[in-house]
Amino acid sequence: MSARATYAGVVVAVPVTVPYVRYSVRSAHWFVARVLRALLEAAGLGKADVDGLCVSGFMLSPDTAVGLTQNLGVSPRWLDHVPMGGASGVVALRRAARAVQCGDAGVVACIAGDTNHVDSFRQMLGSFSQFARDAVYPYGSGGPNASFAFLTDYYMRHYGATREDFGKLCVAQRANALANPLALFRKPLTLEEYLAARPIAEPLHLFDCVMPCAGGEGFLVMSEERARALDLGYARVLATIERHNAWPDDPIQMRGGWAMDRDELYACAAAGPTDMDFVQLYDDYPVINVLQFEGLGFCEAGQGPEFVRANTFTVDGSVPLNTSGGQLSVGQAGAAGGYLGLTEAIRQLTGRPLGAAVPGARLGLVSGFGMINYDRGLCSGAAILSGAGA
Amino acid sequence: MTAPLQRPRRKNPIMRTRLSVLPPWHRSRVALGLTAAAAEGRFELQHCLECGAVQYPPREACHRCLADALLWRPVDGGAELMSQTLLRHSHDLFFRERMPWRLGLAKLDCGPSVVVHLHGDVPAPPTRLRVGARLDRAGMAVLVGLPAKDVPNMADDRQLREMTCDPRFRKALVTDGKTAVGQAIVRGLIDAGADIVWVGHAEPWKRFAGLEELSRLPQVALVPLDVTDARGVREIAAEVGAKVDILVNNAELHRAEGIASRQGTDVARAEMDVNYFGLLRLAQEFGPVMKSRGADGQSSATAWVNLLSIFALSNFPAHGTFSASKAAALSLSQCLRAEMRPAGIRVINVFPGPIDDEWNQLIPPPKIAPAAIARAIVGALCDGVEDVYPGDVAQEWFTRFRENPKVLERELAAG
Repeated sequence: MSARATYAGVVVAVPVTVPYVRYSVRSAHWFVARVLRALLEAAGLGKADVDGLCVSGFMLSPDTAVGLTQNLGVSPRWLDHVPMGGASGVVALRRAARAVQCGDAGVVACIAGDTNHVDSFRQMLGSFSQFARDAVYPYGSGGPNASFAFLTDYYMRHYGATREDFGKLCVAQRANALANPLALFRKPLTLEEYLAARPIAEPLHLFDCVMPCAGGEGFLVMSEERARALDLGYARVLATIERHNAWPDDPIQMRGGWAMDRDELYACAAAGPTDMDFVQLYDDYPVINVLQFEGLGFCEAGQGPEFVRANTFTVDGSVPLNTSGGQLSVGQAGAAGGYLGLTEAIRQLTGRPLGAAVPGARLGLVSGFGMINYDRGLCSGAAILSGAGA
Repeated sequence: MTAPLQRPRRKNPIMRTRLSVLPPWHRSRVALGLTAAAAEGRFELQHCLECGAVQYPPREACHRCLADALLWRPVDGGAELMSQTLLRHSHDLFFRERMPWRLGLAKLDCGPSVVVHLHGDVPAPPTRLRVGARLDRAGMAVLVGLPAKDVPNMADDRQLREMTCDPRFRKALVTDGKTAVGQAIVRGLIDAGADIVWVGHAEPWKRFAGLEELSRLPQVALVPLDVTDARGVREIAAEVGAKVDILVNNAELHRAEGIASRQGTDVARAEMDVNYFGLLRLAQEFGPVMKSRGADGQSSATAWVNLLSIFALSNFPAHGTFSASKAAALSLSQCLRAEMRPAGIRVINVFPGPIDDEWNQLIPPPKIAPAAIARAIVGALCDGVEDVYPGDVAQEWFTRFRENPKVLERELAAG
């Protein structure tokens, strides 16, 4: 296999967030439109200047990115729809980066927006996928809580993880969220409160579960030259990977696709896990954070509990994790949850975080994980970004 | 350990009767193969005819070699439980009313990993268990994880009971008590723990062998019931319909002969009047009231059993008009099944071969004994099966029918 081309000269800029709300009467289209408008305003661009568009959103149905072009009144020469849930951000970035690099588009707006009506989450669960409808939803209809409860239960039994280990991650992320004015959960959380929370799908308890909400995230991908001309803060794209349906013969998911591709990821970036100034992991449930630490080489497979016990995860910790609070504290705005880590990483690397800054951050890792189709999440991806000065 | 089922307390008539809700019942077409097998009591998964892979969830092509030659075949349910969860929160009304709910993720010895409803007596993982397929309240197949070996009171597991129609502590109506089959069914239901069995007899002024002895059982109450009498059916439904949890319609009129050996349509009409219109009258009078009690606590209305005949599948010319009336009843039972489904009430069809009685005098053995039919009915109620083919003759006919119905037709025509 020939080595992948680098993303030299491609940058990511203008992280925007449409503030999250628990429920909204607006549609996903509204959130996408708000993100695009915010991107244009922040970049000082007109609609015609953005000639590439990439969209993600569970609640856009029956529309895709195609319908949105007419909906938003744009005529891009490059268009993509990325229905990859929690991996949407990383995958959108790597698609857009190649488009810019190859000249298929000059400026790509990558947007994820989703809404949450009072009953929409339930309706989505029942029709999430063919396998979910046939072989998961009729079993208690617990949604992702039940699926991740299986993985958590297995992980705890096999690797000796305790609720305290997972709680440490949740409590640290909440501490990070306290400085983020856009986080939906901004009340301090103690480990005692975490442990005392009501059970949802044992062994998962309330604070292990993300809260569905409505919101939007987006960023622009363009050449470094263009970003400079527009006087935008930006981050460089050093390396990215994606993988789908990894390890299909594993009877239960104890690893995502990261381990298949991480060597290439780090080789492209000429950096290793210990070089990262922060990590933004996809955190719908804390066990997935742990699987990403393992898969991305922060520790060996099965060593997650020791790694968690040996490190601290607040913004000022040994491994700053989900520095805006992550989905567990900010909320999970559908597919925008797959963008949350990416926008936060751009902000940290451009010195404009929503909350507390990681001191001297110049290199960061963003990871995505998406789409529990049956018994496991199918999409995984990761990207390493660096600050402009790096 | 599962606690034995207790007799429910008498219902407070002032309290509201809980309405029926169903577990999620949408399935893709290909997934209905699981239901088709489970409805007949089998656990089958897709096998690839080219590479032999066994797969689940169901797909349109083999996940290994992409062949589309997939066959549903029985699998052994041996499995290893990998992990479990006790669900405390559900997005669905049916499960919300039944929290907490135990689920497992198991690896079948034949390959696939499966999500299962997990019986309370299966130990915590890692452990061995048996996986099987059952019909849930919506009549759709689901996988269940059962203890590796039978345990006491296994059928009384709260979750498993949502997939069965156990007669214990329930009240049943058997529409015809004058036949040996009817009396065997009554005894079978009582042995299975039924509280009350109302036993219909069409001509109360006549004395039938065994009926008086039967009526001395404390659980038995004789009721005058002639399924050809619309008013009579309505009156009995008004009297006991709101209490019937299981209705077994075994009333049938059976005469030999086909078309040419008899003049006129009187006998054929009489057969239709009992075998087809009788079912229709019962369904119109008892169906709605049973539907209103589909979720009425532990002893809710739960099942409707039709005694059909294997002749319903393909006409047996020697009993041609009888076959036709049973085919009509089979078709109507499918309508009834569709109409009872929203209430979570199972319609069970029983397709015996020739019964060892006077109307099958000229048919050579083997002929099925009344007690075997009763066992099959009680078994279907306890296992939650929806189509039963009891006895060797029925099994053989059914196998031939499934292999090629046209071939069976020719074979039967040849006599």
